[in-house]
Amino acid sequence: MAASSFQIHLSPLKHQRFLHAPELSPNTRRPSFSFIPKAFTETEPPGNGVSINGLLPVHYAEEDPSSLPSGLREESMPRHVAVIMDGNRRWARMRGLPAGSGYEAGARALRRVVDLCCKWGIRVLTVFAFSSDNWVRPKMETDFLMGLFDRGLRNELQHLIRGKVHISVIGDCTKLSKPLQVLLSEAAETTKNNSQLHLILAVNYSGQNDLVQACQNIAQKVKDSLIEPEDINKFLLERELETNCTEFPNPDLLIRTSGELRISNFLLWQLAYTELYFTNSLWPDFGEDEFVKALLSFQQRQRRYGGRSS
Amino acid sequence: MESKICNLATQFFEDLKSFLRRCLFFILSVGPMPKHIAFIMDGNRRYAKKQNLEEGAGHKEGYSALMNMLRYCYEFEVKYVTVYAFSIENFKRRPEEVQSTMQLIQEKIESLIEGEYVLSQYGVRVYVIGNFELLSNSVKLAAKRAMDATADNSKAVLSICIAYTSTDEIIHAIEKTCEEKSEEFRVLDSSGAGYGLIGLRCNGKNKGKSLIDVEDIEKHMRMAVAPDPDIIIRTSGETRLSNFLLWQSASSLLYSPNELWPEIGLRHLVQAILAFQRNFSYLKMRREQN
Repeated sequence: MAASSFQIHLSPLKHQRFLHAPELSPNTRRPSFSFIPKAFTETEPPGNGVSINGLLPVHYAEEDPSSLPSGLREESMPRHVAVIMDGNRRWARMRGLPAGSGYEAGARALRRVVDLCCKWGIRVLTVFAFSSDNWVRPKMETDFLMGLFDRGLRNELQHLIRGKVHISVIGDCTKLSKPLQVLLSEAAETTKNNSQLHLILAVNYSGQNDLVQACQNIAQKVKDSLIEPEDINKFLLERELETNCTEFPNPDLLIRTSGELRISNFLLWQLAYTELYFTNSLWPDFGEDEFVKALLSFQQRQRRYGGRSS
Repeated sequence: MESKICNLATQFFEDLKSFLRRCLFFILSVGPMPKHIAFIMDGNRRYAKKQNLEEGAGHKEGYSALMNMLRYCYEFEVKYVTVYAFSIENFKRRPEEVQSTMQLIQEKIESLIEGEYVLSQYGVRVYVIGNFELLSNSVKLAAKRAMDATADNSKAVLSICIAYTSTDEIIHAIEKTCEEKSEEFRVLDSSGAGYGLIGLRCNGKNKGKSLIDVEDIEKHMRMAVAPDPDIIIRTSGETRLSNFLLWQSASSLLYSPNELWPEIGLRHLVQAILAFQRNFSYLKMRREQN
């Protein structure tokens, strides 16, 4: 079981807000890659005295319907929540910390959210970990992120298995390093029978490319005379999209942090009727309170799907 | 005599407002201005209920709000405006309601042809975008006439989405792309070119050789007449896209004021443009990457 020596390392890649220039300023300390900075162990706050939330190891709670916070109705909980985890670097910059600590804090926020989803019976959680567009970042930064991802996943795997979380990855993994690709497919394989929560990591994912690859698969089938062009319909297409790995491919709720009001090429087709929730708080600060606010907002909305409200 | 004075006064105030808007435009245009704004015109029926009007009246108010917004957009030199008039999903509503909405749409399209002031003043070309097979003949004819009547205009573009959903548009584009490609393959294969389709599956490594690309699909999109929207404005406070421009909205700013569509005004447009200007440097970078 998680002991005091446990280090919180689930640090998947983050989708970053890149409103301002993505280059790190000369004043920012470049993160070092060979170790996790000592400042970010659970027992020691960083040098400038700012405390970081969620320092204690978290276990993945069993589903317990009575554990919903007050105000939330169990019957209208979303089945599939998608998250764009934006604002890690801004969070770090605001505290005078290097970008790496922003990602670390973001990782802890992700742990919290995964735990809450397990607790509250949300079936699928898709997180936008890294976009195809993020490769323009400085190589040092993307290498650092890959390293964090690798270490984080290795350390987290046992806990995810115990927590009955099924991991899947969508996106083009071929640009990742070979060991990381192997790790990801092993993680997916070992957790494939878990059923508490389906955690989908969107790595090097682009909504448009997803549709293009689905189109290519369909075109191949047309070429092989398995189907005619007239047979192409939305069910056929949805089967070819990368989100076909789950029973609920379309998110009910999309949460984007850090105040950016856009979708940034994440899950375009699947968001047709998704309720969008934008919040100004930065991703590392996103915790239970914020999540409850998002869910309350979702439950208050009237979802009509083009029809008429009674 | 009195009515003449009244008319003069009204005209004077209209001219004054127009002049003030022109000044506002000069101030705003110090920063970058959007080229394409899309509107989801939500809340007409709620407005009618709120004001205790009869059922169709909300949509009529909505129509005048639309004309005002078009005027403001074209005055601000927003070249492309797209509006979501009727979704394919809306056909699921009660038949009487669908019928009356379709009739209203047909009337309004016809009044557009008959020299609606905004269109002729700003040289607006009209496109009606959607799955025409789902429309009645009279609406189809009205749409075709509108497109033909304004075909020579080139200063601005108005795209009206009727019987449209983004998923339908994407499926249609994929179908057309597959038809086009399978025709190409047939020709290549029959000529013994032995081209093969190894490159067809995009597995990342062969991306350069893949035969279907983003551009192939995009050129078959019904909305290919306009670039991607810079801002999508949805009224009535709902924040969802409802199957509108999903493909094109990848880097659009989403703005959702709480007011209902007939209540929308110049200030919402200005707020949206200011938000757009704040985010512009990011958007520019994204476009350059693509």
